[in-house]
Amino acid sequence: MGVEGIGARVARKEDKRLLTGKGRYTDDMSVPGMKYAIFVRSPYAHAKIRSIDATAAKAMPGVIGVLDGKQLLADGIGNLICGWMIHSKDGSPMKMGAWRPLAHETVRYVGDAVAIVVADSVAEAKDAAEAVVVDYQELPVVTDATKALEQGQPQLHPEAPNNLIFDWQIGDPAATDKAIASAAHVTEITIHNNRLSPNPMEPRATLGIYDGGDEHYTCYTTSQNPHVARLVMSAFYNVAPENKLRVIAPDVGGGFGSKIYIYPEEIVCLWASKRTGVPVKWTSDRTEAFLTDAHGRDHLSKVKMAFDANNRIIGLKVDTVANLGAYMSLFSSAVPTYLYATLLSGQYDIPAIHANVRTVYTNTAPVDAYRGAGRPEATYLLERTMETAARELGVSPAELRRINFIRSFPHQTPVIMNYDAGDYDASLDAAMKAADWNGFAARKAEAAGRGMKRGIGMSCYIEACGIAPSAAVGSLGAGVGLWESAEVRVNAVGTIEVLTGSHSHGQGHETTFAQLVADRFGVPIDSVNIVHGDTDKVQMGMGTYGSRSGAVGMSAVVKALDKVEAKAKKIAAHLMEADESDIVIENGELKVAGTDKTVPWFQMALAAYTAHNLPPGMEPGLKEGAFYDPANFTFPAGCYICEVEVDPETGVTKIIQFVAADDFGNIINPMIVEGQVHGGLAQGIGQALLENVHYDPENGQLLTASYMDYAMPRADDLPSFKVSTSNTPCPNNPLGIKGCGEAGAIGSPPALINAITDAIGNNRLTMPATPQKVWAAAHAAN
Amino acid sequence: MYETQYHRASSIQDAVKLRQAAGEGKYLSGGMTLIPTMKQRLAAPTDLVDVRQISEMKGITVSGRTVRIGAATTHFEVASSAELAAVCPAIAGLASHIGDPHVRHMGTIGGSIANNDPAADYPSAMLALDATIVTDRREIAAGDFFTGLFETALEDGELVTAVTFEAPAKAAYQKFANPASRYAMTGVFVARRDNGDVRVAVTGAGSNGVFRHKGMEAALSAQWSPDALAGVTVDPSDLLSDIHADASYRANLVKVMAKRAVAAA
Repeated sequence: MGVEGIGARVARKEDKRLLTGKGRYTDDMSVPGMKYAIFVRSPYAHAKIRSIDATAAKAMPGVIGVLDGKQLLADGIGNLICGWMIHSKDGSPMKMGAWRPLAHETVRYVGDAVAIVVADSVAEAKDAAEAVVVDYQELPVVTDATKALEQGQPQLHPEAPNNLIFDWQIGDPAATDKAIASAAHVTEITIHNNRLSPNPMEPRATLGIYDGGDEHYTCYTTSQNPHVARLVMSAFYNVAPENKLRVIAPDVGGGFGSKIYIYPEEIVCLWASKRTGVPVKWTSDRTEAFLTDAHGRDHLSKVKMAFDANNRIIGLKVDTVANLGAYMSLFSSAVPTYLYATLLSGQYDIPAIHANVRTVYTNTAPVDAYRGAGRPEATYLLERTMETAARELGVSPAELRRINFIRSFPHQTPVIMNYDAGDYDASLDAAMKAADWNGFAARKAEAAGRGMKRGIGMSCYIEACGIAPSAAVGSLGAGVGLWESAEVRVNAVGTIEVLTGSHSHGQGHETTFAQLVADRFGVPIDSVNIVHGDTDKVQMGMGTYGSRSGAVGMSAVVKALDKVEAKAKKIAAHLMEADESDIVIENGELKVAGTDKTVPWFQMALAAYTAHNLPPGMEPGLKEGAFYDPANFTFPAGCYICEVEVDPETGVTKIIQFVAADDFGNIINPMIVEGQVHGGLAQGIGQALLENVHYDPENGQLLTASYMDYAMPRADDLPSFKVSTSNTPCPNNPLGIKGCGEAGAIGSPPALINAITDAIGNNRLTMPATPQKVWAAAHAAN
Repeated sequence: MYETQYHRASSIQDAVKLRQAAGEGKYLSGGMTLIPTMKQRLAAPTDLVDVRQISEMKGITVSGRTVRIGAATTHFEVASSAELAAVCPAIAGLASHIGDPHVRHMGTIGGSIANNDPAADYPSAMLALDATIVTDRREIAAGDFFTGLFETALEDGELVTAVTFEAPAKAAYQKFANPASRYAMTGVFVARRDNGDVRVAVTGAGSNGVFRHKGMEAALSAQWSPDALAGVTVDPSDLLSDIHADASYRANLVKVMAKRAVAAA
């Protein structure tokens, strides 16, 4: 490793720009003639639209136009789609109701867009939006998924009777039932995974620009995957063919999944730009973000875990109801199925698993992937069940896990996944040591002397990321492949541009991707530019989510670097009249091994472009591209331990320490990895202690529509984290890396809840474990 | 935000005149609640009369044990006044935990009490300290001032110009912050006078806003110690229930915060 190569703690190149206010976000974009959009949104969670009258609004000062869903339909703009087909266990395809970018017949959640107002200023657009008269006929409302499945409940979509989207299963029901029937012990628990709002720092925004001369559209948008946005808007929404649509996702201030999806606003702004003849910009305010950004999680599961007399798990049965909200968002069907139930084996050798998942429409915002996407749901369920079982069986939590760890790889689980590498004992040992697990009893006694209830809890998580092998996901219903592309362009002066289909919205790609190049050629990372986020610059890409940029995006870069290296060596060998197999690249020079012959990198590059003296038949230039399709998922895993003190008088939980021991395989930049873990832990702790999207069940109004009521974690809610990594390299990609972006959010909630339930001696506790809930549980009998 | 006219008043008289001349005018004294409300388009005053720059409404004076705080005095100024801390550290401590540094440098004591947010901190201090609210036209006892949720005894156009109170022998404020907003989910201000009179005022918890708890006052008058509160019951039927905390939990918090306040006083 060089000072800037793989494994170096290189400071983030992008931070100077981002921290000095020089970042360029979608809302910073301004083009001549640009006007501003405000969306008229439904104040009701469920209603028929009798009529929309925009006469008064159109006459307001500064108004360019007011457009509604009937006009959108007349222009042939298509429905929003869900890109992953799931079949119910009876073989029927999922029952997808229509999601119009602008509702013209029925609104199904508070915030559903019904019209767009374009005006000279945001204030004028807001004034006019208030003047749009929508005549609604209110309909009854259902917000809870389990209730929505009952007879006689309000029906959201005629395509989905009883609001059931699909009733899907995985695993072997007969073998699992048999294991449970023959078990020495069965642990049963009901697990609720709370609904979360993603809350990226930058709210969503879009700028739609229609150029009538070229009949060409440009869409600036806050996207994690601009190419997917272009593909979907072309192929399904009929906005424009791909060659007439450029999508640019410039600096993006966080996504956490919520910016994967194509939302109504970018489609409507592009269309409105053509309709009105002006560029149209929309920027979400924070309350719109709470109302309309796709939420995360919202599962209710019943769990049975069966053990034999030696405390080995012999079967796991899970019945989950997942709330998908009012419409099926882009990957909403994949999250509670293939991203969730395929991880239910955890780190354990479980011979029989059966999971049944029902997904349900309700009068709430759409629910889709949010940091972790399915794996936090699986991990929380499994690790709370393991902790509960350990208490019931009278075994230490660590011992019960060790008894059941998978120790031989590759390991085929009963739920599709084939784990390629791992060492779960190593993470558990490291975490227990860092947490001084053995000294806990003394600390608990000391705390009791102060009237405080101290508890400790662990979580051994596994996740699947680096998504994903295209053929495999295709066979499971995905509408896209999940490879990645890269292009490495060496300029004539030797500086390098790396074009990637991955998208950085906080991950630090401009640094880590450049480290790959620095490592390979010994050039300074400042001579390497990472180009991403523009469909006119990067040919194609699948974007960043599912911790895939390292394992998949970087692997594509490695393949392209291989090709560049090969050609560079050929050129250098020719220039030095040596054999190309003798050429080595070190410190920015191409050398003939064992001699003092050397060609500087820049000179080789110049030779490639002057083309005065190239090997016979070689094309001039030095630019190579590659597509990389992963052979498998990657499987980061680790052990998290949390220690808390609960104040029995108030129910306040104080986190005394939080230990994270992760196995991410090889690491490109340990500092950035630690930052990812810290951020993930903060979000996981936020879910476990603070965050909850709360709808009024009577009328579907969102009660947590601002930070006055939605509790985000703050610095003083969090301890100083103790993080460490161990390394079993991933055998399935060239860098041996696994991915680290989501682990913190996946592994932390159960560790924290297990610690609190240990402290208060009552296992009946749901997230978020607010002071009120903890106080009530602490004073109730277990 | 709807269009509004901003006026900066130079004196109390000027402020009152500007406010009278305005259509649907509002005094602006920091605007830490009013401005966000306007940005949400939930309030639409035609005119804002900014009173924060009025010199006669600013500053803290302590004469013996008599304290006067100008209504336009910021939370930061209250929190950092050595003079005030010497006679009544409890109110300085209270101010130091309002909002965040930005709020504490903009928000004022007059703005807070005139707004009478049921989760604001200051109303409990005013009530427990038996403060007098001085306006442009009269003096109002704190016990008569706070009349309900966001409701006060102020008449239309009446301007709070200062608050005055006698420093107590002992006092403390304990706040249990709402995890989301960090406003008081329950806050209890206890104050004991030299003559032994005790006042216990509770904010954030009452369904009708800030209130005094007579049972705790009686118990603490008899015996000034946290243990004196052991036998006192807090009736949850008059307390707020919302998505953050129900009335029974708030009832518990009232007692716990009161005990801790007495211990800290």
